[in-house]
Amino acid sequence: MSQGSDPASKSNTPSDNLTRADQSHANSKTPPVPAPVSKPGTSAKDLSKKEAEPPAFEKGIIDRLVKEFGSKVRVLYIRPLRMKIAVDPADIVEIATHIRNALGFDHAESVAGTDYPKDNQIEVIYHLGSYGVPELEGHIMSLATRTSRDEARLPSLINVFRSVEYHERETFEMLGVFFEGHPRNDRFLLPEDWADIPPLRKEFRIKGR
Amino acid sequence: MNRRLAERPESKIDDTVNRGMQVLKEYTADDDRLMTLSVGPQHPGSGHFRFTIKLDGDYIVYCDPDPGYVHRGEEKMCEYRNFIQNIPHLERPVIHDSANITYSYSLAVEELAGIEVPRRGQFIRALTSELDRQVYTLYWLAIYGIFLGHSTMFMWPTGDRELFIDLLDALTGARVTHAFNIPGGVRNDIPEGFKEKALRHIAYYEKRLKEYENIFYNNPLLRQRTEGVGVLTREDAVKLGVTGSVLRASGVSFDVRKAEPYDIYNEIDFKAQYMRSGDCFARAYVPFLDMKESCHIMRQLLDKMPASGEVRAKLQPNPKGPPGEAYRRVESGRGALGYYIVSDGTPRPYRVKISVGSFRNMLALPHLLVGAKLADMPSIYWALNYWPVEADR
Repeated sequence: MSQGSDPASKSNTPSDNLTRADQSHANSKTPPVPAPVSKPGTSAKDLSKKEAEPPAFEKGIIDRLVKEFGSKVRVLYIRPLRMKIAVDPADIVEIATHIRNALGFDHAESVAGTDYPKDNQIEVIYHLGSYGVPELEGHIMSLATRTSRDEARLPSLINVFRSVEYHERETFEMLGVFFEGHPRNDRFLLPEDWADIPPLRKEFRIKGR
Repeated sequence: MNRRLAERPESKIDDTVNRGMQVLKEYTADDDRLMTLSVGPQHPGSGHFRFTIKLDGDYIVYCDPDPGYVHRGEEKMCEYRNFIQNIPHLERPVIHDSANITYSYSLAVEELAGIEVPRRGQFIRALTSELDRQVYTLYWLAIYGIFLGHSTMFMWPTGDRELFIDLLDALTGARVTHAFNIPGGVRNDIPEGFKEKALRHIAYYEKRLKEYENIFYNNPLLRQRTEGVGVLTREDAVKLGVTGSVLRASGVSFDVRKAEPYDIYNEIDFKAQYMRSGDCFARAYVPFLDMKESCHIMRQLLDKMPASGEVRAKLQPNPKGPPGEAYRRVESGRGALGYYIVSDGTPRPYRVKISVGSFRNMLALPHLLVGAKLADMPSIYWALNYWPVEADR
């Protein structure tokens, strides 16, 4: 095969293929620490131990973010390969742009909405991953924000992460969160004649259950 | 007009949120140059999926995917059942690859509930998922063959798929939908004589793969229909967040088994298979390279597996953990398959979100179809490794 895979060049990606994020890494004065080979915690006990002393590489990423934005970023957890931060809806586009440009997370793997009726809030969480930066391949940055259940509106991240288009559209119809700036907040997976509340809200009950 | 579309301009998806919409603005609403076609859900070439395309002559100028014909509300159903009861219905979206779709679920539940999996159980679980990857990829290859008019390529993989279905039948007791990978390990131990049978089947199958390459991938007709068709550049693939073979065909060597080795994959020697051209041929050939590499992985799994030991951790009747959340993923036949599970401390999950490769790859469909010829539509669509039932969940 003329185009067979070329394992030899796997580790050294040609520089013309580098993404913008790569180059910003190359230019920044603090080069990223090589990622330690670690697996995500397999037991809750391990995790609680590790959370007491967060892994250095992941902590370094979060520290850069906190240094830039201060109290706008609330760190929820730092685990091996997993980080979660919470931000206000007003800051989310700015912080997401920074995460893409300076930290190197270049796509969204999933956008999940979770309904919390007790707090009268809906949490929308973006799981961001990276293809461009080799040492971030296994890492997931979870970017969470909350909005009120009564008037659920959030700014869309479509101009930061192009890959959220269908995920946000799904979140709109399943949880009723309107994404401002998204070109199509409309029906996607549900039937055309769906005339009920968004089904992933907790007050929607499956019949007979 | 046609000439302009034929010289496909370099796509800049950042400034045009929907390329189809942008192109369409150049036409008036009742422009009689345009013809609208609805492809699917009854069209034999679409699966349980419909997309609307608008044509100017032979060229597609607009594409709007409309999934949801097999939406079952898996995520909502999960909230009504406990962590173990969820397994059988979660594998329905991809019955051919049911080991992988329950694999990442099991990993996430183990992380939440703090379950340690015995070493032998980890090996058997990885073996099941490799076998299912073969079954799924062969099924996909059969469909790709028939829709490009190559009926031999429909018959051969459909027959050879039985090699692995036989093995899975002996191992799990079911041909498809095994419900075998569970939180804590696997349901049963390996039967007598399984290793010899598996090695025999793999040896025969590797011979067959060479024949596949000769009759299908080296076929000039296939080359003409796929080479240079539907090119997805590396930059666009990263921006669109595609995954699996679609991503690796565009020159990104991303494989979850390498990026984030789960269970025993860090002890296995293998390479993430990828190509650089990004066209339909690369997207069709990368799964084939994956199948070859998977044979290599299966041999190692059979060799390195501990001879005896537990295969399943002892669980409490209704496993549960402290309130928390987990996001775990595996490499399935269609790419990264992730579960985001929120637990509120009860035996039932509070929220389950399934992030599947098909749903993510669907975003590349309008991107690739706009500007392509109608005759290239089946080639582009099926090369995306799209499984409608999985995308709908």
